[in-house]
Amino acid sequence: MSARALINVPAKAKRGEVIEIKTLISHVMETGFRHGTNGQEIPRDIITSFSCAYNGEEIFSTQLYPAIAANPFVTFFTVAMASGTLTFKWVGDNGFEMIEEAKIVVE
Amino acid sequence: MGLRHRLSRREILLAAGATAGAGATTPLATRPAAATPAEMQAAMRHVVGQATVRQGKVTLDLPPLVENGNTVPMTVAVESPMTAKDYVKAIHVFNEKNPQPNVISIQLGPRAGRATVSTRIRLADTQHITAIAEMSDGSFWSGSQEVVVTLAACLEDLQP
Repeated sequence: MSARALINVPAKAKRGEVIEIKTLISHVMETGFRHGTNGQEIPRDIITSFSCAYNGEEIFSTQLYPAIAANPFVTFFTVAMASGTLTFKWVGDNGFEMIEEAKIVVE
Repeated sequence: MGLRHRLSRREILLAAGATAGAGATTPLATRPAAATPAEMQAAMRHVVGQATVRQGKVTLDLPPLVENGNTVPMTVAVESPMTAKDYVKAIHVFNEKNPQPNVISIQLGPRAGRATVSTRIRLADTQHITAIAEMSDGSFWSGSQEVVVTLAACLEDLQP
């Protein structure tokens, strides 16, 4: 099963309106603090950063730590400036990278 | 789009772990000690430097009691007009009892419109969560809340 991301962006907004963006990605967020059945440490495997760009300009960025729950859910706000594309990028351990896009129409 | 097959790799890791002999691992591997309030202070100092942190402007919204510390909804909101001259540059959230003191760090700008972010966190025990906001004028503000946790996260090992 591949990682999947769900993004909730209003399809339309008025210029200057503050809109809420909700994101969810499936990821185990293995903390690195658990032990397996033989007592060995299960290695850390988490998403370490998540950022969003709006028509190419970064509007939001975060660094995530093992304290973030599995299947990271992150919501934030932005000002609807212009129609275009929101790009979401997740980067994590073991070369994990996921990029998703959402379009928005701003009137 | 860079989609990757995560679950199959985790399955391989778990299967390898289950069949590996005890000799492949360090005997008596100890769990990292839980972070202490002192470690949380140190992590906060690392972010704030020598600046004074004032209480206020930052509201942490967490349930006061949770049954399961594995997924606790958290909203952090900072009062700010979020204009080009006066906005929240960053929000850092810390905990005092998980193995590691950092929870999340967030960078914002005037384009955020509102300095409010929600996520879900793990809590290893009943503890205080503290959020520090760094403003565009260089000032730091903080808010804190205690959460009572009935079932701890982070420390549940796999069952045979």
